[in-house]
Amino acid sequence: MFTQSPHTKYLFFWTVFSVGLCAVVYSLWPQPRVSVPRTYRSNWYHQPKIAALITAIDKEYADRWENEGLSCADEVDTFRVIRRISLGLIGTIPSLEELRVLEKLPREQQVNWWVSRLLEDRRCSDYLAERFARIYVGVDDGPFIVFRRRRFVHWLSDQFYRNVGYDQIIRQLLAGDGLWTDSPAVNFITATIDVETGKPDPIRLAGRTSRAFLGIRMDCLQCHDDFLGNVALGDAEHLQGGVQSNFHELAAFFAQVQNNIGGVRDTLHSPAYRYQYLGDDEATSVAAAVPYGGSLVVSNDSLRKQLVEWMTHRDNRPVARTIVNRVWAILCGKPLVQPIDHLPLYGPFPPGLELLVDDFVEHGYDLHRLIRVIVGTKVFRLDSNANFEITSKHRRLWAVFPTSSLRPEQVAGSIIQSTSLQTIDASASILLQLAKFGQEQQFVERFGDWGEDELSAPPCSTVTQQLLMMNGEMIQDRLTQGFNAPQQAARLSPDETTIVTNAFLATLTRPPTEQERMHFCQQLSGLRGEERIAAIEDLYWTLINGGEFSWNY
Amino acid sequence: MNESQNQLSHCELVGCGSNEHFNRRTLLKVAGFSGISWLTPVAHQLARAEEQNRRKRPRSLIILWLEGAASQLETFDPHPGTEIAAGSKARNTSVNTIQLGEGLEQTAELMEHFAIVRSVVSREGDHERAIYNVKTGYRPDPTLVHPAIGSVVCHHFRQKDQGVVDIPRHVSVLAASAPARGGFLGNEYDAFKIGDPLRPIPDVRAPVDDQRFQRRVGDLRKLNALSSRQFNAPHLDAALNMMSSEQLKAFDISSVAASERNAYGDAPFGRGCLAAVQLIEAGVRCVEVTLPGWDSHANNHQIQAERISVLDPAMAALIRDLQRRDLLDQTIVVCAGEFGRTPFMNIASGRDHWPHGFSIALAGGGIQGGRVIGETNPHPKRDSADRLQDIKNPQPIENVHASILHALGIDHEQEFSTPIGRPMPICEGDVIPELFA
Repeated sequence: MFTQSPHTKYLFFWTVFSVGLCAVVYSLWPQPRVSVPRTYRSNWYHQPKIAALITAIDKEYADRWENEGLSCADEVDTFRVIRRISLGLIGTIPSLEELRVLEKLPREQQVNWWVSRLLEDRRCSDYLAERFARIYVGVDDGPFIVFRRRRFVHWLSDQFYRNVGYDQIIRQLLAGDGLWTDSPAVNFITATIDVETGKPDPIRLAGRTSRAFLGIRMDCLQCHDDFLGNVALGDAEHLQGGVQSNFHELAAFFAQVQNNIGGVRDTLHSPAYRYQYLGDDEATSVAAAVPYGGSLVVSNDSLRKQLVEWMTHRDNRPVARTIVNRVWAILCGKPLVQPIDHLPLYGPFPPGLELLVDDFVEHGYDLHRLIRVIVGTKVFRLDSNANFEITSKHRRLWAVFPTSSLRPEQVAGSIIQSTSLQTIDASASILLQLAKFGQEQQFVERFGDWGEDELSAPPCSTVTQQLLMMNGEMIQDRLTQGFNAPQQAARLSPDETTIVTNAFLATLTRPPTEQERMHFCQQLSGLRGEERIAAIEDLYWTLINGGEFSWNY
Repeated sequence: MNESQNQLSHCELVGCGSNEHFNRRTLLKVAGFSGISWLTPVAHQLARAEEQNRRKRPRSLIILWLEGAASQLETFDPHPGTEIAAGSKARNTSVNTIQLGEGLEQTAELMEHFAIVRSVVSREGDHERAIYNVKTGYRPDPTLVHPAIGSVVCHHFRQKDQGVVDIPRHVSVLAASAPARGGFLGNEYDAFKIGDPLRPIPDVRAPVDDQRFQRRVGDLRKLNALSSRQFNAPHLDAALNMMSSEQLKAFDISSVAASERNAYGDAPFGRGCLAAVQLIEAGVRCVEVTLPGWDSHANNHQIQAERISVLDPAMAALIRDLQRRDLLDQTIVVCAGEFGRTPFMNIASGRDHWPHGFSIALAGGGIQGGRVIGETNPHPKRDSADRLQDIKNPQPIENVHASILHALGIDHEQEFSTPIGRPMPICEGDVIPELFA
C-alpha cells in the first residue's frame, strides 16, 4: 500500500495551490488585445469562385431591380458594415478599441479582417449557438434532470467554433445516442420528454424537425388537414395540400427512440407509432414517411438514421435552404423568405437564395463560408436610407437594407460594450466577463426576452422598455462605475472633441456630424472635475437613449 | 389624481356614455339640486341600475399565483380522514357544506364570496409548460406564443383606457420565473414587473436630480432632431408622463395605516395584494401577485402549511378590502397554480405534480360564491389509462379562462388574428355555468 510522507502532502498541496493562484493571476492579467485573426486571408474575396459567386448574386438582384424599375440605395461606409456584422455575429456593437485597430487597416480589407476575427471569437460561436438552440430546444429549462440546456448550447457553440459541417450537426442532433450529459446533442431529443411517461414525444419532435430543419410549418396538420392552403407538400409534379398523415408519418420516425438509464437509444422492436386521425373511431398504426422527396430515402436499420440520411442528402435542398435563410436573417435582421421557418418547397425564391444554397451544399455545408459570402454581397452593404422614396417594394426586394430594432440581448450587449473602454471578449478579465454576463441576463429579463421566435416579426417597443433605458439600474451603473468609459474619458481625454468623437464611435459606431460635435462640445466646454464627469455621463446616456442606438440599419 | 378625478375615470371606464348612464347622471344632478335625490324612489331605482350595470360589466382581474403548485388536498379540496389526505385536516367554513384545508381560517370566514372549481384538469405536468397552459389557456405551441389572460383583458379594454391610465395596465408583483406575457398580441401587453411594494418601483424614478434629468431629455430631443434619419422612438413622451403621473402612488403602500397593512400579513405577498387593490382602484386592468415556494416534493405538509399561513391573511384581507372599497363586484379574484399535487405521498413525504384534478378558487366580479364545482374522488383508482374516472364534472383549464372572460364582459368566442394572419380563438373553452347560476 502506498503511503504518503508529510512532505509529499505539503508538496502536493502547495503545487495545487500555486497552480490555482497562477490561473487566477493569469485570468486577471491583461491579455494581448485584438490580435490578428489566424484565418484572415487578404485575398479571400478575390478567389475566383468566391468572386464569381458574389458577382452572380449581385447580378440576380441587379436584374430583378431593373426588371421592377427600382433603384437601389447607395452602399454605406465600412464602419456601418462592421456594426451590422458585429450585431449579427456577437450581439454587440464593436468596441472603441476594435474600431481603432480597424482604422489602421486598409479600408478594403477591414470587413474581411473583421469577419475573420469574429469567426475565431468565442463570442461568435456562443452567440450563434444560443440563437440556434432557441429553434432546436426552445428557451425553457425543460424536463428536470434529463435535459441540460446549457450543456446543449455549449456543445452547439463548439460545433460552430470548429466549423463542423451543418450536415454533421443535423446527424448528431437527430440520430445521436447516449446520455444528455456526455452526448449533449441528444438534449434535442430529451427536451421533449413527457414527465409522466418518461418518453420522448414524437409529435413535438416532428414539429421541431419540420420547422428547424425542413423549413415547413406543418404543426397544424397534427390535428387536421390543411384547409387554408398554407402547406403544400409532395413532389414538384404532384404538389398537394398537407394532410394529417404527413405530420404523423414524420412523427413516426421518432417512434423507436427511447430514454432509459443509458440515455437515448433506438429500440428497433418498439411498438409502431399509432394515432387516431380526426374522424376515425380508433387509432391506427402509422408508417414513417417523409413529406416530400421520397426517392431520396435510403433504407437503414433505424428510422432516425433513415430520416437523417434523407435530410442530409445533397439533393434535399429545402434543408439547405432553411439554414441559408436563417443565417441570412441572423446577419441582416430579416430573413430572405418570411416566415423564417416556412419556405415554399419549389419556389419561387428571392434572388441569390439558390446560388447560396448551391455553394453551401457543394462546400460541405460550411457555415463560416456562408457567413463570409453573405457579408460580401452588395445587398448586405446597401444603405437603409435613400435619396428616393422607399416603398414596400424596395424593402421586399432588398433594394435597401432592412431597418430592424435591436433584440434585447443586442441592446444589453451594446450598452455594456459601449460603456467599456476595453473589448469584452474571451481574452478580457474573467471579472469583466462575469459582470457582463450577469448584467446582460438581468437587463434582458426586464426588457423582455423575445423567446424562440425572435427572428420572426419583431415586437414593437414599449413604454416600460423606454423607462428601463432611461432609468434602469444597469445603465446607471455602467455610466458611473470608475473603470467604465465615461469615467475614463473624463480622466484620459485631452479635449472635448476627443471625448465627443470617442463617445459617438463607442455607442453609434460613427463619428459625430459637425452639428452634433458642436452641440455636445459646447455642453462640455469649461467644465471641470465632478461637473465634467457628470456631463460626460449625460453624453453617453443621451447617445444610448437616442433612437439610432437601438436600431440595426 | 384626486378623488373626483378618480370617480370620473371610473365612470369612463365602466362604460359611461350609454344613454342609460347619461340619463341617470342627469337625473341625479337634478334631484341633487332639489336636495331630495337620495330619498326618492327614483334614486333608489337608479342606484340599483348602477349596481346591476357594474355586475354586468366587471372590469378588472387579480390573479393570486401560487407558483410551484399548491396541494389541493391541503388547501381547497381537503379529504380529511382518507388515505389520500395523509393526515392533513380540514376546517369548516361560513358555508355549511364546504370545508377548506386547515390553516385557511380567514378565508373560510369569507367562503360565501368564493367559488371553488375542484375538478380542473390539464395535460401538462411540467412546471414551465403548465404555467404557460394555465396562464394562457393554451398548451405551449412552438409556432405561436399565446397571450396571458391579463394581456387579453388589457387588449380588450385598450381603447377605453387610452388617456385615462398613465401607469401600466398589466402589473406583475413579485414575478418569479414566468410573468404574464402579451404573446402574439405584442409585448406592450407584457406585465410590468415589480418586486416587494415596500421597495421603490423599478425604472420610474430618474437616477439623477430633476434639473440634470431635464437637461438629459433636452439633449436627447436635440440628438434625435439632428439625426439625418428619424428613428422611431414613440414612447419617450409616454414614459415621461408615467414618471410624473400621480397614479404612481397606487404602487406605494408605505402611507397605508399599519393596521390595514398588517391585516394582509407581514410578507411581500401580503403587501403585493394590498398594492393590487390600490392599483385596481387606480384603473389597472390586471394584477398578478405571485406567492412562490409551493413545490413540495418533500415534506409536503410542512411546506404547504407555511405557505398557507402567508396566503390566508393576504387573500382574506384582499377580499375584505375590495368589498370595503366597493370594488369586489367589478373585480374577479382568481387563486391558482400551475397544477395540483398527487393524491398520494412519495417516499420523501412529499407530493409530486398532478394535473388530473386540482382546484382553482374564484371570487368577485359576478362569480356566485359559496359553492364548489366538480369533485375529486376521495378514494381514487388512479388508472393512468383513464384519469377522468376519479373526477366528477371535469373542467379543462380553458373552461376557467372562458368563464373569467365571460364575467369580464369579453366575448370568449371571438377570434384574434395572429401576426401571420392565422385566426386564433381568444379562448378554446366553454363557460362553466355553475359559476354564474
